[in-house]
Amino acid sequence: MGHLILRVTIKLLFAPIILFAFYVQFHGDYGPGGGFQAGVILAAAFVLHALGFGLDRCQRIIPPSWLPVGMALGVLIYAGTGVFTMLMGENFLDYDIIQPDSHHNAGQHIGIIAVELGVGLAVAATMLQIFYAFAGREPEPMDDAW
Amino acid sequence: MIVLAASDTAVEAAATAYRPGVTGAFAVEICVLALLVAVALSMVRMRRLFGVAMLSGIYSLLSAAFFVALDAVDVAFTEAAVGAGISTVLVLSGIALTAKRELPVSRERTVLPLAIVIVTGAALVYATIDMPAFGDPGAPANAYVGNAYIEATPTDIEVPNIVTAVLASYRGFDTLGETVVVFTAGLACLLLLGAGASRGGGRNDDGEH
Repeated sequence: MGHLILRVTIKLLFAPIILFAFYVQFHGDYGPGGGFQAGVILAAAFVLHALGFGLDRCQRIIPPSWLPVGMALGVLIYAGTGVFTMLMGENFLDYDIIQPDSHHNAGQHIGIIAVELGVGLAVAATMLQIFYAFAGREPEPMDDAW
Repeated sequence: MIVLAASDTAVEAAATAYRPGVTGAFAVEICVLALLVAVALSMVRMRRLFGVAMLSGIYSLLSAAFFVALDAVDVAFTEAAVGAGISTVLVLSGIALTAKRELPVSRERTVLPLAIVIVTGAALVYATIDMPAFGDPGAPANAYVGNAYIEATPTDIEVPNIVTAVLASYRGFDTLGETVVVFTAGLACLLLLGAGASRGGGRNDDGEH
């Protein structure tokens, strides 16, 4: 049983990393961060898991066939927000129309959260897709190969 | 000068807070920059690609520390997550598919690249002479549209992080473009390398045909 310390460490860190990714995602309006950083951190949690426990176990949780869907869905959420504001009768990505009567710019907040969600989904899926594409080429690098 | 008059109290506060000379922050910045140069030089010298990948991760982490020292926290965050995190892993999985060592290059072939790098570097250093000082309130980056965003965000958008307001609302169209760029990068990888991954990580046998 090799890599015992690594695997225990990864198991300890896995959940906090995902929690931190969601914190960065939804706290982007108030502190540093946003969809891009959150997506990368979320992907990094699964990359870490794949490095410690093997790509197969990671692909059982997130099948490779989901990732192109996630990539496209993220972009569609972002562009869809813009199309939605156009359908409401305003300019592309003009979020004020989502809640036009709000006195504290709720429309802007909803719009920002929606597009950040799209960015996060697209980035997380893309990063994991690129990792799968590279790491899936060969079973596993040998320990003495370095 | 008009810009200075518009927000002179803030500028005066900044001017009194900023004292040139060897302060603690200045010493930290010089140390980080010296470490960046040291890491870059050892990356050039090193032949083992595993070590080069590790050093490039360290380089990104040091850059992130430098961005924090310059108060660009969002940029530092991205640099740490992308540069030190994901790209190190991607470079490592790239190395796993190729050779583990860089082949030595003959002396004659290094002359032209070295000349190009020296000329480009000299041009960049020459360009920095014209750059405004860090935090200069009269600098173009601080004078025009930046001020408008800072003044309008509390009433237009009402989010505390102005970077998010600029990124997702004022410049929402740019960010849509960036998201499409990321999507395109993933799509390109899928088209070029995707066959192995879609079969669940089977070994590729491209080289045998």
